[in-house]
Amino acid sequence: MTKSAINEHTSPAEQLALTVEPPSCPIPKEPLIRMTKRGSISTAQKVFVYVVSFLSALLVGAFMLLAIGKNPLLAYRDMVVGSFGSSIYLGETIRLAIPLLIAGVAVGFAFKMKFWNIGAEGQILAGGIFCSYLVIHSINNGNYWGKVPLHLVMIILAMAGGALFGFLPAYFKTKWGTNETLFTLMLNYIAIQYVIYLQSLRSWQHPQSTFPKILDFAGPTDNRIMLPRLFGVHIGWVFALAIAITAYFYLTKTKHGYEIAVVGDSLNTARYAGMNTRWIQIRTLLISGAICGFAGYLQVAGANHTLTETTAGGIGFTAITVAWLSKLNPFIMIPISVFIAMLQKGSLFIQMTMGIPASAAELLTGLILFFMLGSEFFIQYRLVFRGTHRAPVRELKEEAGV
Amino acid sequence: MNVLNIIINWLNAAVLAGAPLLLATSGEILTEKSGNLNLGVEGQMYMGAIAGLAGAWFAEQWFGVGGMIPLLAAVLFAFIMGCISGLIYAVLTVTLRANQNVTGLTLAIFGTGFGKFFGEVLGHKAHGYVAVGAETKAVFGNISVGKLAELPVVGTLFFKYNWMVYFALIIAFVMGWFLNRTRKGLSLRAVGESPGTADSAGINVTRYKYIATVVGGGLCGLGGMYMAMVNQKGIWVTECVSGYGWLAIVLVIFSTWSPLRAIYSSIIFGGLTVMYMRVPIPGLPRAIYMMFPFIATIIVLIITSIRQSKEHAQPASTGLNYYREER
Repeated sequence: MTKSAINEHTSPAEQLALTVEPPSCPIPKEPLIRMTKRGSISTAQKVFVYVVSFLSALLVGAFMLLAIGKNPLLAYRDMVVGSFGSSIYLGETIRLAIPLLIAGVAVGFAFKMKFWNIGAEGQILAGGIFCSYLVIHSINNGNYWGKVPLHLVMIILAMAGGALFGFLPAYFKTKWGTNETLFTLMLNYIAIQYVIYLQSLRSWQHPQSTFPKILDFAGPTDNRIMLPRLFGVHIGWVFALAIAITAYFYLTKTKHGYEIAVVGDSLNTARYAGMNTRWIQIRTLLISGAICGFAGYLQVAGANHTLTETTAGGIGFTAITVAWLSKLNPFIMIPISVFIAMLQKGSLFIQMTMGIPASAAELLTGLILFFMLGSEFFIQYRLVFRGTHRAPVRELKEEAGV
Repeated sequence: MNVLNIIINWLNAAVLAGAPLLLATSGEILTEKSGNLNLGVEGQMYMGAIAGLAGAWFAEQWFGVGGMIPLLAAVLFAFIMGCISGLIYAVLTVTLRANQNVTGLTLAIFGTGFGKFFGEVLGHKAHGYVAVGAETKAVFGNISVGKLAELPVVGTLFFKYNWMVYFALIIAFVMGWFLNRTRKGLSLRAVGESPGTADSAGINVTRYKYIATVVGGGLCGLGGMYMAMVNQKGIWVTECVSGYGWLAIVLVIFSTWSPLRAIYSSIIFGGLTVMYMRVPIPGLPRAIYMMFPFIATIIVLIITSIRQSKEHAQPASTGLNYYREER
């Protein structure tokens, strides 16, 4: 626009804006696209951005499926059918979602404090290992535990095991600033190797077997180990829902939850406010670890009735996805964990029906998270293309006091 | 004498096992020097591993020869795939300003899935499992440097490795020279320490971050290819990277962001990972042996965090995105 653009419709303020003398130094050419921070964004726009990025993830996934010569539409349809198509499939999906939800809540606690706990895997295994010790001891000594005390003590042990694995990195992080990401990760590997070690022990194997595998707990304990079922799935799902709801209120309605939020936003603010940040971090990791340990107990008692090195089987990592996609909100984690479980169950199904490798689940999960991470930008910022000068004129007007 | 033999053979194996760690560590050092804390090395190595193996395998199928052509294809594909993985990370964190920790973790999840997925697809294509021919295997095998390799102790210690070991060493030396002795290296370090200052000095922060992350990813990809082509001898094994990517991130801390110190630290950790085969301790179960590198890592993490020094600290802006408008 130049001075010639001024006519009777131009307001005085716009005239002022348009007739401002350009500075004498050369102005660098405006970039083709630049970004400005959004003041606010409506819910509809937000939903639109999320939906577009979700669909883009599916689209990229579809291209990968096309690249290996499979029909992506059929594959996606079969994934839904294979995870929700019958009550048996649905039960399987829910069974997969239980530990995801619980571990998601647990890592959500830590992530809220910007404590990057990626050791849910190890904490789940620690819970499994600790409670399996009791079961093995019971089996090898004449099976002396009754059902209810057996489960109660198993839960306590499992939570203690998980809490220990949460405590160690938190202690060193708060004492010396030891990198918690790598610390928790290394504990994962140590836990896995420890389970492999237990598998090699004679007293943990089936008496008639020499295969390095921990025996199935169900038989020797007269099925005492098995959790009761409700609507076709072991009752772990009731616990999982209860944990998610409790966690929501813990985080939003209690003093502890407030402290976690402040520590996460700014450690210094928390310190100035007189909070014992060290104890808050250790306490939260004890809780986070204990919840993961509980998930380990459910895996041993509810899902598998034994302990293997794959008892955690990537749950700890997928839980990070669950937590982040839900924006660390335990309520939203409920549908998200079911959705991720659907991807996992669905990809097992398409492996069977279409010969697509089951790791498609990991691939798709990663893609969706990539796009969701990227979409945050479009919620925070707005892109301005070259030539659209609306915003600067408005700013000039404001500066001119009109 | 027997003990000496064990130690020499162990060191030899340690160098062989440490080479992929050295490649990935060098790559991650380059990335972190630009202020990007990329936790996705494990995924990047997986992507490089499958791309390298696929490159070699397809080259064998298309050209009908083994040896040098598949080798070049493996190197090229693994490096490009690693670069792509670095590019994904750079786009998300530098341009789209996503959280570095979560982006890195996602890259680890995605890359692992990517490797396993296409590994299996390739397996279907090869009717069973993927394996490269003997000739290609041989070019990734140990080259004995003429008569030198026959020297008693020195031969085993210095001249009985595959070419990638020497390649990794050269990369580490070049990286050390680049970071500490060149103008561009200085600019890169400035970007990692204080992007705002670097920007004021006229350094293109975005470009440096992109290039460092992409090339760093390429090196991680080569490290992954080593795992597939050398350690697994050109056969696709689902668990082929098995935590080496994470170890590489630890090695960056252990070697205090110096590619030269990464040389000995990768040999130490390489030694720990192969200890169960080389140093028999009677009565110690294998699984406990396998814990050694991970326990050592924790000890390293704790010790380095206790004695933090200004000189050997991580680049000050590592893990934080740069917002130019908030300068």
